Amino acid sequence: MSSFDPKIIAFCCDQSGYPAADMAGTLKLKLPRNIEIVRVPCAGRIETIYLLKALEKGADGVLVFACYEENCQFLRGNLRAKARLAYAHRMLEGIGLEKERVEICHLATNSGVKFVETLRRKSEQLKKMGPNPAKES
Amino acid sequence: MIKAEQKPIDEILKYLNPYNKILLSGCGACVTVCHAGGEKEVELLASGLRMARQKIGKKIEVLEVTPARQCEPEFALELSETIEKVEAVLSISCGVGVQTLVRHFPKIPIFPGVNTSFLGETITHGVWEERCQACGNCILEKTGGICPISRCAKQLLNGPCGGSSKGKCEIKKEADCAWQLIYDRLKTLNQLYKLEEIIPAKRWGVESRDSGLRRIVREDLKV
Repeated sequence: MSSFDPKIIAFCCDQSGYPAADMAGTLKLKLPRNIEIVRVPCAGRIETIYLLKALEKGADGVLVFACYEENCQFLRGNLRAKARLAYAHRMLEGIGLEKERVEICHLATNSGVKFVETLRRKSEQLKKMGPNPAKES
Repeated sequence: MIKAEQKPIDEILKYLNPYNKILLSGCGACVTVCHAGGEKEVELLASGLRMARQKIGKKIEVLEVTPARQCEPEFALELSETIEKVEAVLSISCGVGVQTLVRHFPKIPIFPGVNTSFLGETITHGVWEERCQACGNCILEKTGGICPISRCAKQLLNGPCGGSSKGKCEIKKEADCAWQLIYDRLKTLNQLYKLEEIIPAKRWGVESRDSGLRRIVREDLKV
């Protein structure tokens, strides 16, 4: 069994991802070990640079937990996040990194189970990919 | 303002290949407005370059700076001390800014990080469109303020071609026909009579780029 524990930065929208993480805690669901949650007021607050810096500074993968489309309290924040992810994907392709390292997941306040399942799936996917070769050493 | 787009990062990486310490210089003017070369884009590209080089085991140190206007000597010269510390400069200002650095720092390689695209207007956030080709002899007064040089694919001066259809251009179907726009605008202004005036062919070889490098000299401003 691999000893590699992928580090995942999970940006969580305050209206969906963060309450979902909270619910996962209430349900005592087990998260993969190496997760760092970053609470943001809206997924639209996440700039492209945050995604790249996370990878540069040591993450193996980045997940953005945002509200379902057409369900953003700030109307277009989740769509903005999605567009910024697409831009980051283009950059990652230019750099030669797998774009799958950065992903968006749409969920709702009560999606504690989905939150954990997504993180587990991501962690398994990153284990197969191996450590991020572009992180600072 | 000048509009630009960042070059593909793999193209930039190719010409930075021999260097291990560079200065990445943005510009606080036009390219900041079109999100191609401002402070944020400097930070983003620097991060991308560092990761790309880390990935192949050939680290690169990237110093970051964004002078207020790289095309003005006063601001370009602010980089003097920093430039001495690096092996090359990647400039993501427009082509003018790149050449200002080249003029003032002749001993260091300076590379462009953006493609300077056109003089344009912000249509909406994230969308820019060409509005001027700096032809050197503005005729907007005759055309209701709409430029047929930059907005008509054929640069026609006296009405549309036969390809204008339902207000759209035959060359770029998504673009409005400039002459349809001119007609509609002059009609709104009750100035359709202006269309009766024949606009003579432009003197491309005298006023425009075809005569070679253009220069403006104002003796009253010289110091």
